[in-house]
Amino acid sequence: MKSTVKRLVSATAAAALSLGIAAGAQAASHSETFKIGVVTFLSGGAAESFGVPAWNGGKLLIDMLNKGELPAPYDQKGFGGLMIEAIEIDEAGGATKQVQEFRNLVQREKVDAVLGYVSSGDCLAVPPVAEELKAFLVLYDCGTPRVFEEGSYNYVFRTAAHAAMDNISLAKYMTSRGIKVGSFAGVNQDYAWGHDSWADFVASMGILMPDAKASTALFPKIFAGQYGTEISAVMREKPDLLHSSLWGGDLQAFMLQATARGIHKRMQVALAAGDHVIPQLGQKMPDGIILGARGMNGLAAHAKGGELVDLLWDRYKAEYGVFPVQAPFRMWQGLLGVKAAVEKAMKANGGKKPTAEQMAAAMKGLTWEAPSGTITMALGNGHQAIQPNAIGTTKWDEAKGEMTLVDVEYYAAECVNPPDGVKAVDWIKAGFPGAKCD
Amino acid sequence: MKAFSDIRVASLLALALLVAGGFALPEWALFLMTIGLAKALVSLGIVVQMRAGLVSFGQGLFFCIGAYVAGLMANFAGLTDIFVLTGIAVIACLAVGGLFGPLLANYRGIFFAMLSLSLSMILYGVLSKMNSLGGTDGLNVAAPTFAGYAPEGRALSLSLYLYTSFIVVAIGAVLRTGFDSQHGLVSLAVRSNELRVEYLGASVRRTNAINYVISAMLGGIGGVITGLAIGHVDPEYAYWTTSGEFVFVAILAGYLSIPAVFVASIILELVRSFSNLYFPNTWQMVLGVFLLVIILTLPNGLGSLFHRKREGGS
Amino acid sequence: MDLLLVILVDGLIYGAWLFIVSVGLTLVFGVLGILNLAHGSLYAIGAYSTATAVGIYFAYGGDAFPLGSYAVMALAAIIVAVVIAPLLERGLLRHFYHRDEVIGVLVTYGVFLILEDAIKLIWGVDPLFVYEPYDLLGMVEAGPLFYVAYDFLVIAVSAITGFAVWYFLNRTRRGKVMLAVIHDREMSQTMGVNVDKVFLLAFGAGVFLAAFGGALTAPMISVSPGIGVNVIIVAFAVIIIGGLGSIEGAALGAVMVGISRAASVHLMPELELFIIYFVMAVVLIFRPEGIFVRTQTRKI
Repeated sequence: MKSTVKRLVSATAAAALSLGIAAGAQAASHSETFKIGVVTFLSGGAAESFGVPAWNGGKLLIDMLNKGELPAPYDQKGFGGLMIEAIEIDEAGGATKQVQEFRNLVQREKVDAVLGYVSSGDCLAVPPVAEELKAFLVLYDCGTPRVFEEGSYNYVFRTAAHAAMDNISLAKYMTSRGIKVGSFAGVNQDYAWGHDSWADFVASMGILMPDAKASTALFPKIFAGQYGTEISAVMREKPDLLHSSLWGGDLQAFMLQATARGIHKRMQVALAAGDHVIPQLGQKMPDGIILGARGMNGLAAHAKGGELVDLLWDRYKAEYGVFPVQAPFRMWQGLLGVKAAVEKAMKANGGKKPTAEQMAAAMKGLTWEAPSGTITMALGNGHQAIQPNAIGTTKWDEAKGEMTLVDVEYYAAECVNPPDGVKAVDWIKAGFPGAKCD
Repeated sequence: MKAFSDIRVASLLALALLVAGGFALPEWALFLMTIGLAKALVSLGIVVQMRAGLVSFGQGLFFCIGAYVAGLMANFAGLTDIFVLTGIAVIACLAVGGLFGPLLANYRGIFFAMLSLSLSMILYGVLSKMNSLGGTDGLNVAAPTFAGYAPEGRALSLSLYLYTSFIVVAIGAVLRTGFDSQHGLVSLAVRSNELRVEYLGASVRRTNAINYVISAMLGGIGGVITGLAIGHVDPEYAYWTTSGEFVFVAILAGYLSIPAVFVASIILELVRSFSNLYFPNTWQMVLGVFLLVIILTLPNGLGSLFHRKREGGS
Repeated sequence: MDLLLVILVDGLIYGAWLFIVSVGLTLVFGVLGILNLAHGSLYAIGAYSTATAVGIYFAYGGDAFPLGSYAVMALAAIIVAVVIAPLLERGLLRHFYHRDEVIGVLVTYGVFLILEDAIKLIWGVDPLFVYEPYDLLGMVEAGPLFYVAYDFLVIAVSAITGFAVWYFLNRTRRGKVMLAVIHDREMSQTMGVNVDKVFLLAFGAGVFLAAFGGALTAPMISVSPGIGVNVIIVAFAVIIIGGLGSIEGAALGAVMVGISRAASVHLMPELELFIIYFVMAVVLIFRPEGIFVRTQTRKI
C-alpha cells in the first residue's frame, strides 16, 4: 500500500514540471518601452462590432504614435518618447477569466498599464484587483455607471462617459426635434445593459415628455438572433416610438427582420447605440432612423470635422476599407488619455518612466482632446470621464452611395452627464439639476 | 490500519509540498494554483459521481451557490470570515443538494447530465434577472479575513492559497478513505452493474443521492474560495460552459486518482492562461486541440498514468 | 381571438425554425449515440457558406433569376455536409462509439472550440449578409400584422424536411436498416449490415441538416462570430423535451417551445428567459426521458 505515496509523488512531479515550463516561458525583457496590456473582444458576439474595430483603431494609432505622426499636442513619439508595446488579450470568457488574465498581465507580464474591457461585468470585477495590485488600469469602453457610483478607486480610470448619457440625449432629441410621442415601446437585451438603457430612457422621457406613456418593454435574450415574436408584439401595440439599445449582430438581425415587416414605416425607431451597424447594413438601414453613437463618435464626429478626426478617419478608412464607428473612437480617446497622463507625469518627475502612482495622479481630473471632442475626468472624484454626445437621423446619400447623418444635434458634456457625486438615475429623476446646455 | 496511516503520510507529504510551494512560487502562480485547486474541488465532486457512473453537467449550480454565499454575506451581512463563509456555503449546498439529490437519483446517463444542467441554467436565469443582486454584471466580494486576520497584497494571496491547500488535502484524505469505505465500493459496483447491486440488497438511489449531496458540498467549497479569490461573482458561475469545464477536468483526470484531479485542474488553468497570451486569436482552438489530444491518448484520464489499475472495472 | 392567432403564428414560425436547427442533432444522437455539441458550429458554417455562395451567385448574374438563390442555399448545405461529415466521422468520432455518452459530449465540445476559431480564420469577424432570399417573396398580411413570406417558407421547408426524414427512416429500406442499427448494433452487424456506412450516412445527414438550418437562417440574420453558440442551447432543450433520438419528439418539442415562448412574449414578457427551461423541467418531471422515449434493451 505504499502506492498512495508513490502516486502522490508522481502527481506532484507532473504539477511541478508543468509549472516549471510555465515559469520558464516568461520573458524578462524590460527595457525602455511602455508595455500596455490591451483587453478587448477578439472572439464571440462582441468581437465584430466592438472588440475588433477598436483594436484595429488601436493598432493603427499605436503605430502612428510610435512613428510620431500625430499633430501637436500628441507629436512626441510613443508615450513621452517611450515606444509603446502592446500585449493583446481576448476578453471573451467571462469576468472570472478576466480577473485571472489581469493578474497575469500585471504580475507575470509586468505591463505598465492595462487598457481595456467592453463588458460591464468585467469593468466591475477587475478594478478591485487593480487597486489591490496598485496597477494603473484604464477602462475604455464599458457603459455601466456602477463602476464609480458604487466604488472608489485610486488606480482605476474610465476614459469614456457612462451609458446614462446615451439615453438622456436620445430623449432630449425627441423634444428638441419636436417628435410627437404618445406612447413608446422598447426592445432591449435581457441583461444589465438592456435593462439600464431602458430604465434611463423611461426616466428621461418621464421628465422631458411626461405625457408620453411607456408601453411594452420587451427583453429578448442576448444573442437571440430571432426577433419575429417581439416584432409582432410591438406592431400589435402600435406605439409612436420604438426604443432599442441592441448592438452588434443582434441589432443587425433585428433591423433586417423589423424593416422587412415595415416597422420603420409605422413608428419612429430610435437606437441608443446604433451607429456601428451602418457600415455593415448599408442601405438596409432605412432612412429616418434616429441613432446615437455613445458619444460624438463615427459619422457625427466626421460631420463636425477637425484635424485629428480627419487624419485618423482617412487613415482608418485607407487601412481597413470601412469608416471608423464608435468603437475605435473610444479606443483612441483611451490611448490618447493615457498618453496625456504619462507625458504629464514625466514632466513632473523629470522625464523618467512614471510609476502607477504618478500616472494615476496625472490622470486624475485630466482634460484632453480626442477625435470625439474634449474629454474631462469630471466624475468619480476625477476618475470618470464625461464627453460631448451627438444624436442624428439616418439619410442615404444617393450621389455618394453612402449613409449620412442629418439633423445632428450636439450635446455638451455637462448637459447630458450628471455633476460629480450624483448618481445618474437620481439626477435624471430629479429633472437634470445643474445641467449646462448651450 | 496500515491503509489509514498510508493516507496520513501521503496527506502530510502533500501538505508539506503545497506549503513549501506557497513560499517559493511567484504571486501569479500562487493565484493560479489557488483557483486551480478550488475549481478542482468542484471537479472532484463530479469524480465522486463518476465512480457510480454518473456525470453531472450542472456542478455550476453549487459552484455558483457557494460563490454567491460569499458575495451576499460580504455585501449584505458584512461577513468576511472565510471559515464562517465556507461553513455557510456547505450548509446551503447541503440543503439544495439534499432537495435535488433524491429527485435526480432517478435519472441516468445523458438525462442525469442534462437535467442537472438545466437546474444550473435555471439558477443562471434567476440570478441574471435579480437586479438587486447586480443582474448579469454580478457583485464584487470583499477580501476575506481569516479569524480576525485581515491580510493584504501577497499575504492575502498566500493566506488564501494556504487555506485552500489545507482544505484540499483534508478533503482528499477524507475522500480517499470514503472511496475505500462500503459506500465507496458500492458506488463502483453501481457503475458496473446497477441491477446486481439492487439484487444484493443495496440501494442504487440512495448511493446516487448521497454522492450527489457530497458533490454539492464540494462544489460549494470550490465556489466560496473562487468567489473570494476572484473578488467578484456573477451568474456566469452557473452557466453551462463553466459546468462543462468541470466535467472536462474530471474526465481529463479520470475517476481512479484524487491527486490527478488537482493536477488536471492546474494544467487546464495553465494551458488556458498561456494560450490566451500567446494565441489571443486562436486560444479556443488550442484548448480544443489539447482536449482532443488528451481524450484520444489517455482514455482513462490522467489518473491512469500514475495509478496502476488496482480498482476500476470489476 | 386576434391575440391567440398571433401567438399561434409567431409560435409556429419560431417552432419551425427550432425544428430545422435541432432535427439533425436528434438524428445524430439517435444513430451514433453522440450528443453533438459542435452542431451549433456546423449550423454556423452552413450560414457562412450560404452567405458566401449566395453572394457569389448574385455577383455573377443571379439577378436574372433570383429564385435560384434558394437552390444555391441548399447546395451550400450539401457541400458542407460532403466536405465535413467524412472528416469528422471517419477521422474522429468513430473512435468514441463504444465509450460513454458523456465522452462524446466532451469530444464534440473540443470540435466546437476548434471550429469556432476556424470559422474566424476562414471568414474573419466582419458580418456577412444575404438578405436577397429573405426579401424575395414579399410580405403577407395576416390579421393586424405583416409577416415576411419567407417566414412561412421556413415553416413549409421545415415540415417537408421533417416528413422526409421520417419517411426515410420508416418507409425506405435504407432507413429501416438505420433503425435496426439504432436498435441493436451488434445484431445488425451479424446480419450483414455495413454499420460503418450507416453511421457515416447518418452523420452526413445530421451535418447536412445542421448546415441547412444555418442556410435557412442566414438571410434573416447577420452572419457573424458566435451565432452557433446560442443555437446549441435551444436545440438541446428541444430534443431533450422531445426525447433524444426521436424525430417526432423534436417536432413536438419545437412547436411546444415555440408557442410557449410566443405566449410569454405577448402576455408575460418577463418570463421569456426561463420559458424554455420551464417547459423542459415540466416535461422531464412527468416524462423523465422526454416525450417520445426510444426503446432500449435492458442489459443485465
